[in-house]
Amino acid sequence: MSVPQPEDGTPILELRGVDKSFGANQVLHGVDLKVYPGKVTALVGDNGAGKSTLIKSIAGIHPIDGGQVLFDGNPVDISGPRDSARLGIEVVYQDLALADNLDVVQNMFLGRERKNGLLLDEISMEQAARDTLAKLSVRTLKSVRQLVSSLSGGQRQTVAIAKAVLWESKVVILDEPTAALGVAQTRQVLDLVRRLADTGHAVVFISHNMVDVFEVADRVAALYLGRMAADIPISQVNRSQVIELITAGRSGDIGIAPAQAAAVEV
Amino acid sequence: MSSNTISQPTSATEPGGFEADRSADSLGGAVRAYFARVRGGDLGALPAILGIVALGLLFVVLRPETFLTPRNMANLADQAAPIIILAMGLVFILLLGDIDLSAGVVSGVCAAVMAKLLADAGAPWYVAVLAAVVTGAAIGLFTGSLVGLIGIPSFVVTLALFLGWQGVTLRLIGQGGTVPVRDEVISAISDRNVPVTLGWILALVVIALYALLQMNRWRMQKAKGLAHQPLAVVLLRIAVIAVVVVLVTAVLSVDRAPAPGVVLAGIPYAIPLVVVLLLLLTFVLGRTSFGRHIYAVGGNAEAARRAGINVTKIKVSVFVISSTLAAISGIVAAARLGSVAPGSGGGNTLLYAVGAAVIGGTSLFGGRGRVRDAVLGGLVVAIIANGLGLLGTEAYLNFIITGGVLLLAASVDALARRRAAATGH
Ligand SMILES: Nc1ncnc2c1ncn2[C@@H]1O[C@H](COP(=O)(O)OP(=O)(O)OP(=O)(O)O)[C@@H](O)[C@H]1O
Ligand SMILES: [Mg+2]
Repeated sequence: MSVPQPEDGTPILELRGVDKSFGANQVLHGVDLKVYPGKVTALVGDNGAGKSTLIKSIAGIHPIDGGQVLFDGNPVDISGPRDSARLGIEVVYQDLALADNLDVVQNMFLGRERKNGLLLDEISMEQAARDTLAKLSVRTLKSVRQLVSSLSGGQRQTVAIAKAVLWESKVVILDEPTAALGVAQTRQVLDLVRRLADTGHAVVFISHNMVDVFEVADRVAALYLGRMAADIPISQVNRSQVIELITAGRSGDIGIAPAQAAAVEV
Repeated sequence: MSSNTISQPTSATEPGGFEADRSADSLGGAVRAYFARVRGGDLGALPAILGIVALGLLFVVLRPETFLTPRNMANLADQAAPIIILAMGLVFILLLGDIDLSAGVVSGVCAAVMAKLLADAGAPWYVAVLAAVVTGAAIGLFTGSLVGLIGIPSFVVTLALFLGWQGVTLRLIGQGGTVPVRDEVISAISDRNVPVTLGWILALVVIALYALLQMNRWRMQKAKGLAHQPLAVVLLRIAVIAVVVVLVTAVLSVDRAPAPGVVLAGIPYAIPLVVVLLLLLTFVLGRTSFGRHIYAVGGNAEAARRAGINVTKIKVSVFVISSTLAAISGIVAAARLGSVAPGSGGGNTLLYAVGAAVIGGTSLFGGRGRVRDAVLGGLVVAIIANGLGLLGTEAYLNFIITGGVLLLAASVDALARRRAAATGH
């Protein structure tokens, strides 16, 4: 297991006071978050706390209403999926964003196809996809030219993660990658998450499973009703404290100030 | 936990994973894989080919002395061409999971524009044709914007335009009138033929080119250790194409003049036109990123959007392509009939084209379909229309039968989809 370390270096990705509303419904309230290279940050929170909304904001799917996003210390303006991709932010969505009618290679390169003039460069795309899958030690795919519709849940998850890694990404965000998986496939995905961090990626890992969180995470960030209750090294908390942060927004002297937490609840 | 796995210079050819990509060299394996796909609901070109064979046999039996004659085959090609071209455009629309109910009447409007320019303004053929095609593209831009930018369901937009464009054609041509199309170049599409020798040369060039491209791709994939089909399958495919091309050329090279003394032989110009469109559009769909994005939007629009694909742009362009092809279809139909009437492009035109695309294997649910589907399905539809014509069936029966065939094809599509969902293909 990775040794928890004190905060070091500059975060590769930092959010400051991010707000996001859908119509009259404010989902994110002044959210701060720091994500470090080589670290897995577990983003936790109850259903509807705003985890998916937060990462979709980072990805440019839902542009933010207020606050700041810093990448490598510099303020950036992310207004679409291409902007985040250009910075090296890759997201594996909860509702996997794969096209069932395309094969594995086609999905991995979707929107960023390699070309030879006008022609798609199928050969180099297939080779790169295959190499990436092999590097991630993915051994369960029969063919990289298999349609995604014929893959199991775990295989889809693997393809989605491999797609994120293919792009020399610096930040990889995974929204509940193990939620629908069995024991063995969860194991594979957790190993994959750890390997991503060990190779220098900054990883954000959303999960409701505390066992998984404590197994792979270096830091934990807890969202409570759209507010960031804590963003700390996981060594500073134990499991019941994290659960308190998730359900009540505070635990002991960590979390949202009592007055504020009370205000949130009404 | 091993931290260096990711940096190991692993190669995909090592054991573990991708076994199907490396063991694809046996014909037996390919045949098994094919039947697994069919059982999984992916019927491909199978229904259309079976349909062509079965209907062909049926009409040969019912009309032995007229159906399979070179004259009727040339007529069949002429009949099929406008249906196929319109259906090619609909394949693009259906790939997105949309529909264009106005495609038929758009072909009528564009043909009317061409006919008016030829007859009233005395414009040269190329100006008239260009105007018709530009009209088609502009109409597509309009339809596509209503669907893509404003977000009205394509069903409603094109239902409204179905009525609207008929009004425009009526205004252009006038109640009860017809505008003749007598320009020599335009009529040549349907009543002139490629000289027999040139026809044979073109046929051989097409076969050689196809074989070369297929073999080249196979060699490349094999050399680089990529997924590839067994050689036997590639060769078989080349052989089938070669036989079909040679047969068609041979039949159409026979003198089919109704009276002795004149010679009427060669491939009708409509066929090379369809072949060129087939090659061009297949290239666009299969080999360019634009085509890839069309499939992606049809398969999962949200995934496409998250991948940074401009979904609106894809939608609008697809409607432009479809309406442009509708214009070409209208021109070919006008050349065949020698005139444009207020009802041109109405009636069963659209039903034939949608039927062609779906019978050919394009899904009504989006994401699955190829340009060749329009050709195969268009042949099925044209054979039905042609054969029923030879039998002299009454019009009412003709409508019922063609409508029934479309329903049948749509059922096959829906069942294939359910089957695919059930078997995880
Ligand atoms: N596109 C949207 N339009 C309107 N409201 C939305 C939209 N997406 C999310 N919401 C709302 O935002 C809130 C937070 O949702 P979100 O999906 O971010 O929660 P989550 O923390 O990811 O929950 P879960 O653990 O269930 O995935 C919810 O109240 C949800 O209804
Ligand atoms: Mg979520």
